[in-house]
Amino acid sequence: MSNVLNKAQTPHLSIRPAPGWQALNVRELWQFRDLLITLAGRDVKLRYRQTALGVLWVVMQPLLAAGIFSFVFGKVAKLPSDGVPYFLFAYAGLLGWTAFANTLGKASTCLVQNSHLVSKVFFPRLVLPLSTVFSTMIDFSVAFVMLLVMMASYHIAPHLGLLLLPVWLALLVMLAVGVGLYAAALTVSYRDVQYVMPVLLQFLLYASPVSYAVSAVPPHWRHLYFLNPLSGLLEAFRWSVLGHGAVPWGSVAYAAVLALAVFLMGAFAFKKMERRFADVI
Amino acid sequence: MSSSDISVSVRGLSKSYTIAHDATQHTTVAEALLHRLKKPLPRTQKETFWALRDVSFDIPHGDVVGIIGRNGAGKSTLLKVLSRITEPTAGEIDLYGRVGSLLEVGTGFHPELTGRENIYLNGAILGMGRREIRKHFDAIVDFAGVEQFLDTPVKRYSSGMYVRLAFAVAAHLEPEIMIVDEVLAVGDTEFQKKCLGKMQDVAHSGRTVLFVSHNMAAVSNLCSSCILLQGGQLSHYGPTEEVIDRYLTAASHGRQNTNALIQGFRPSWARPLITSARLLDSQGQEQISFSLGSDVTLELTFDTQNGPELKAPVMGVIINHATLGIAGGVNTRMSDFWATDGPYGTGILRCHLKRLPLLQGQYSIDLWLGDGPVDLDCLTGYLSLHIEDTDVYGTGRTPFAHMGMVYLEPQWQMVAL
Repeated sequence: MSNVLNKAQTPHLSIRPAPGWQALNVRELWQFRDLLITLAGRDVKLRYRQTALGVLWVVMQPLLAAGIFSFVFGKVAKLPSDGVPYFLFAYAGLLGWTAFANTLGKASTCLVQNSHLVSKVFFPRLVLPLSTVFSTMIDFSVAFVMLLVMMASYHIAPHLGLLLLPVWLALLVMLAVGVGLYAAALTVSYRDVQYVMPVLLQFLLYASPVSYAVSAVPPHWRHLYFLNPLSGLLEAFRWSVLGHGAVPWGSVAYAAVLALAVFLMGAFAFKKMERRFADVI
Repeated sequence: MSSSDISVSVRGLSKSYTIAHDATQHTTVAEALLHRLKKPLPRTQKETFWALRDVSFDIPHGDVVGIIGRNGAGKSTLLKVLSRITEPTAGEIDLYGRVGSLLEVGTGFHPELTGRENIYLNGAILGMGRREIRKHFDAIVDFAGVEQFLDTPVKRYSSGMYVRLAFAVAAHLEPEIMIVDEVLAVGDTEFQKKCLGKMQDVAHSGRTVLFVSHNMAAVSNLCSSCILLQGGQLSHYGPTEEVIDRYLTAASHGRQNTNALIQGFRPSWARPLITSARLLDSQGQEQISFSLGSDVTLELTFDTQNGPELKAPVMGVIINHATLGIAGGVNTRMSDFWATDGPYGTGILRCHLKRLPLLQGQYSIDLWLGDGPVDLDCLTGYLSLHIEDTDVYGTGRTPFAHMGMVYLEPQWQMVAL
C-alpha cells in the first residue's frame, strides 16, 4: 500500500523527442514562478546599481524625453496638443510608449543576454521574456505616480476613463511581448535582429501618436496611420489619462485582436523554436 | 529489478547535431537570404554527427553512477539531454523523482549582486523555491564561510570565495535525482575535500546521482557503478572498479597510433605535435604491462610539420593512479636536461625510469611537450600502464594493493633494550 502511494507521489518525468507545434505548458510555467520573480527582481536591482541617482532615473528618463518633445514639437514645430499643456501631453504618451518599447526591447534580447543560463540549466524558456514584464510594470508604476503629481500641479482632475488604463496597458504589453517572443527566438540564430530592433522602435516612435496628437496627421493618411496598432492604443491611453479627445473604438478593437493574435503566435513560434536554443545559442 | 525500483530509465537514446559544410552556415539573415536567392533549391552538404547513439540503461533508486569516457564521448550531451536542456533526437527517457542538475558551478551568478542576492538567484535558477532557499540559507552561508561578505557584491569576492559560495548553493539542492557534471575541479585542495565530503553525504542519503568526472579517484570514491561511453555509445555499465579498469585498458589495447585517436586525449589548447607515444621495457619492446619494480621507458615522437621548429624540446610526464590520484611527475626542466642540437622539426623524446617504484595497479600517464618555457602539446591519459603484482621481496608474498601506490624497499632492524 505504502509502495503504491509512494509511486503515485513520485513525480514522473518523461522525455521524448517532440517535433512540430506544442501546447503551451502553463502548469510548468506556474511551477517556475519563483524563478520568474527572482529574474525580474534581478533585472530591477541591476539596472540602477552603482548609479548616483538610482531609482530617480525611472522618472528622469520620461521627464527628459517629454521635455525634449515639448520643446521640439510644441515650441519649435508648434504641433497641436488638443489643448493640454504640451509637456503633460508628451509625458502621458511616453508613459504608454515606454511600457511598450522597454518590454519589446528587453524581451527580444533576453535569450542572448542569458545565454549562459539557456545552455546550462533547464527551465521553461518562456520565463525569460515574461520576466521582463515585471520590471516594465515597476517602471510604469513609478512614472505613473509622477504623472499624477504633475496632473495635480496642472490642476487636471482624473476622470472615470482612468479605470480603463490597465486594459490599454495590458494590450500594449501583450503586443510587445508577442513581437518580443518572435524576435528573441530569431535572435538565437540571427544576431541581426539585435540591430534591427532599435531601428524598428525608432520608426514606430515617430509613426505613433507619442510626441504629437493624431489630429496632426492629415485626414487622408489616417487609414494608413491606424494600421499601426499602437496608434489606437496610445490614443486610448492618453484619453484615459487626460480625458481629451475620444477613444477610437474601431482602431482599439482592431489593435486588441491583433495584440492577442501576435501574442499567441509569438508564444507558439517561440515554443516551436525553443528546443534548438541550447544547441545554437 | 522491478520497475518501481528504477529511478532513471533510458531507452535507445540518440542525439544528433547537424554540421553544415562549406558556406552553408549563415549567421546573418542577409547571408541566408543571399544564399537562398542564388540557390533557391538548396542542396547543402550537411553531415550528421551523432553525439549519442542508441544508449540504453536503467539506474535503480539510490545508486550513485559515474559516467566516464574520453573528451567527445558524449558525457556532457547525455547530461544535457537528461536535464532537459536539449531535446533528444530519438529515444525515451523516464525519470522517477524530482530532477536537479548542476552542469556548472555558479550558473547565473551576477557579479554586481551581493552574496545574499546571488544565493536566492542561483537557488531559483537551480530550481529551488524561495521557501526552500530560506530554509537552507544559514547552512549555505556556513558551508561557504562568507558571513562577513554577504552584503558585498560578488565581483569583490576572491575567486576562492566565489567558487565556495557557488558550490554551497548547489550542494543544498535536494532533488531525488541529481545530475552533476565535472564540478569538483574547482577551488583549492581543502575545499575540494569539503566538496567531496558533501558529495558523499549526498551519495549516502539515498538519492540517485549521475556524476561525470575525469577524476577517477573521485569517481571510485563516490560511485558504486559506472557507465563508460565511447564514441557516443554505451560501452560498459557495471561495478566502478571494473569499468574504470576497462576504460584505462581500452585506451591501450589494440590501439593504432592514429591521429584521430590521439586527438581525443588532447585538451583544446594543445597544438597537435605529438604523433605517437608508447611505453617500452628495458629491451626496447613496446609493453603496456610491467612487473613491479621494472625499468620503464616513456617515449614520444613529435613532428612540427609546417610549424616553427622546437629550439629546446621539453618533455613532461605525470603518472596518475587509477583511483588514488597523482602518483608522481617529472619534466626535463626540473631535472635539468636540455636538448641543445636544435632546432628540431621532428624527434623522439624518451624518459627512462629506473626501477619504477609503483605498486601494482592501473595507472594512466599524461605526456607534455613544450619548447623552452612554453607548453605546446599535451596528451592526458593517452598511455596507460599496468603494474603486475610481483614477488619483489622474494618471499612468495606480494605487497598489498591497498597500501597506496608506492612500493617501498625496507631494511628492518630490531634493537633489544
